[in-house]
Amino acid sequence: MELVEAIILAVLAASTPLLIAAAGELVTERSGVLNLGVEGMMIVGAACGFAGAWLTGSTFIGALFGIVAGTLMSLIFALMALGLAVNQVATGLALTILGIGLSGLIGAGFVGERITPAMHLHIPGLTDIPLIGRVLFGEDGFVYVSVALIVGVWWFLGRTRAGLILRACGDNHVSAHALGYPVLRIRTFAVMFGGACAGLAGAYLPLAYTPFFIPGMTAGRGWIALALVVFSSWRPGRLVIGAYLFGAVTILQLHAQGWGVGIPSQFMSALPYLATVLVLVLLSRARTGGSTAPAALGTVFVPDR
Amino acid sequence: MQTHRRMLESTPHGPNSGESPLLRTTGLTKRYGDFLANDSIDIDIWPGEIHALLGENGAGKSTLVKAIYGLIQPSAGEIRWQGERIVLSGPSEARSRGIGMVFQHFSLFDNLTVAENVALGLDGKESFKDMFARLEQVSKAYGLPLDPRREVWQLSVGERQRIEIVRALMQDPKFLILDEPTAVLTPQEADQLFIVLQRLKAEGRAILYISHKLEEVKRLCDTATILRGGRKVETCALRLETAASLARMMVGGEIKAVKAASGRKTTALRLVVNDLSLAPAESHGVRLQHISFELRGGEILGIAGVAGNGQDELFAALSGERLSHAPRTVVIEGIAAGRLSISQRRKLGAAFVPEERLGHGTVPRMKLSENALLTGHAASGMVRRGFIDTAATLKAVDRATETFDVRKAKRDPEAASLSGGNLQKFIVGREILRNPAVLVVSQPTWGVDAGAAAVIRQALLDLASAGAAVLVTSQDLDELAEIADRIAVMFHGRLSAPLAASEATRERLGLLMGGSSPESTEVVHAAGA
Repeated sequence: MELVEAIILAVLAASTPLLIAAAGELVTERSGVLNLGVEGMMIVGAACGFAGAWLTGSTFIGALFGIVAGTLMSLIFALMALGLAVNQVATGLALTILGIGLSGLIGAGFVGERITPAMHLHIPGLTDIPLIGRVLFGEDGFVYVSVALIVGVWWFLGRTRAGLILRACGDNHVSAHALGYPVLRIRTFAVMFGGACAGLAGAYLPLAYTPFFIPGMTAGRGWIALALVVFSSWRPGRLVIGAYLFGAVTILQLHAQGWGVGIPSQFMSALPYLATVLVLVLLSRARTGGSTAPAALGTVFVPDR
Repeated sequence: MQTHRRMLESTPHGPNSGESPLLRTTGLTKRYGDFLANDSIDIDIWPGEIHALLGENGAGKSTLVKAIYGLIQPSAGEIRWQGERIVLSGPSEARSRGIGMVFQHFSLFDNLTVAENVALGLDGKESFKDMFARLEQVSKAYGLPLDPRREVWQLSVGERQRIEIVRALMQDPKFLILDEPTAVLTPQEADQLFIVLQRLKAEGRAILYISHKLEEVKRLCDTATILRGGRKVETCALRLETAASLARMMVGGEIKAVKAASGRKTTALRLVVNDLSLAPAESHGVRLQHISFELRGGEILGIAGVAGNGQDELFAALSGERLSHAPRTVVIEGIAAGRLSISQRRKLGAAFVPEERLGHGTVPRMKLSENALLTGHAASGMVRRGFIDTAATLKAVDRATETFDVRKAKRDPEAASLSGGNLQKFIVGREILRNPAVLVVSQPTWGVDAGAAAVIRQALLDLASAGAAVLVTSQDLDELAEIADRIAVMFHGRLSAPLAASEATRERLGLLMGGSSPESTEVVHAAGA
């Protein structure tokens, strides 16, 4: 029982940054923008988030630092890819490289420092229920925020007019422009939201996952988040399933090594990506028409005025 | 001045009637760099009239309506709406003032539902549920049936246009702009549209109708404004004009009539298609089903049909871009070619001109000589021992330029720098100068100005007279009537039996384009008699 609870808690902790970053990227991509710089925005969010928490002693301020840092990074992307209509793939890759370097610079002075990790919720009675108590009522704030975030994204995209307009920009930016919607402004907001989420997801790592900062600590989670968006076929509901599945795989891989299962750990690490490829193949085979990806994804738009 | 008087006498409204026009532009000018897309255009639109806006491609029609709809800001001049000077901040302001627009290339979102598409075109002040109810009510009231829950990619072109019209009508516009609405419709669908437009006119709404189908404009519209090269040529009452006089004003001169050489002789079979069936390569594609036809030298076979009924797939199967399953399905010059590559088919004497000029017919950023090489490398001696013979490729460009009057800024420019008509003349010329035995050409004059179109059609006729077999796919029934000996219709991936050009009336072709079989056509005739 103890072990099962521990595994569930570990899976939730490992899945949360994936879910937050992927939720942001999902909104960005639904508006028609492919920002491959998630990894870079996350790692800068991690460095700035740790700096904020270390300087002020507050996890909350640290998280805010992470969000602002991620948003600023995404604004660089927006300026290049939307303002100057540069190729989005190249810009996104450059953003990741920039982010990795920048985070090393910002975080250099903080390597080896420790902070108090984020507080966990404690409701007497509820939290003490065996097995589910700590899972449901004893998490840190990030986990609850991630759940609220994905529900909010689902509601926004599917139920609000603003969400419909954002999806319309991702489906056909020429039509959206012809109807009078400010495509580039809408996309800029979507990119900023993606950046804010990536920054928060990055800040989660040194603030709650491990209470210290090491360079390169995102360790490819940004790329997994990108794969997750494809895995979910751009739907928030499937994104939740995918995030916890991918989180579970990373935790199982650790336990599998501990139990001496003879599967190479590298294979287990590669599983999320293999799963993504498999899902893509299955999706395209099952498809009868229409496109699962936002039709304008990754294409440059220059309005004629 | 004379023009002006003619207008006063002929239109029911005029400055003398005391009321002001619904919309008036004065000196409207739009400048892109040095280029004047609209040069000081004055136009008056009165309530309850259908006003045609005529002009060739590049005459400035789209620029003008974009300015009226608030999509672009004019560089100079003013727009008055109901007598009051307005500066539109964007299309949503135009819509809120009562200006609606139905776009030529539909402004629809394929992966959204009909209702969501309509919602995006409205201001969003009412709830989605109310909008949904009103959508059903308007579509019923005007006889434009729509299922609000379906996604757009599942719908036919005619249904898609219905969405646009219903969306515009739901804003209760006083003034509706339609940009070439019948370009993609069957003649019957167009007739249904005209009924709706007449009703809108009777309700006192004004309509600006952009088209270059002159007969249609004469049937439907009251007044016409003709643009040429960004300037207004004239505003005239249509009942005083003929299609020929309108064409003269559009082109600024006579268009040479295309002449078929009399007594063309048909020779041996050059292109035969036997029971060709092919699954679509893309999810939105059309399945080709049991297509068979024979084409002899000296003959032009026209394939009519609404776009997206398998014409692209047939072209790919004939050109070798897609291989069919059995060699005998496509026979070129007596040789089973169904499994041969594009180059092998070219070596048999076939040539192919696809619909899409930029990106399919040419590589836009490559020079013309390089583009000549791309189709000429296999069978035109432009490659010697594995090296490109640059002189030969340039010579091919020069020959096409001379023979087909391709106008360009320098000897060997990038393909993308040519205008649509000139590039199309180059592409058709490039293939014709290879003296093909079989020419397969798709939409040869799509989006090409009338002068270039006449040159291209004449070239196709001359090629057939010289003994080649020519297969022309076109949505333009007038074009097919002009050049084809026989016309077949493509519908849902099937090809009808060819009709002799003399029997292929618009009505019969229209029914076939809408999917009725020839037998049911006979029944209609019998019932009518």
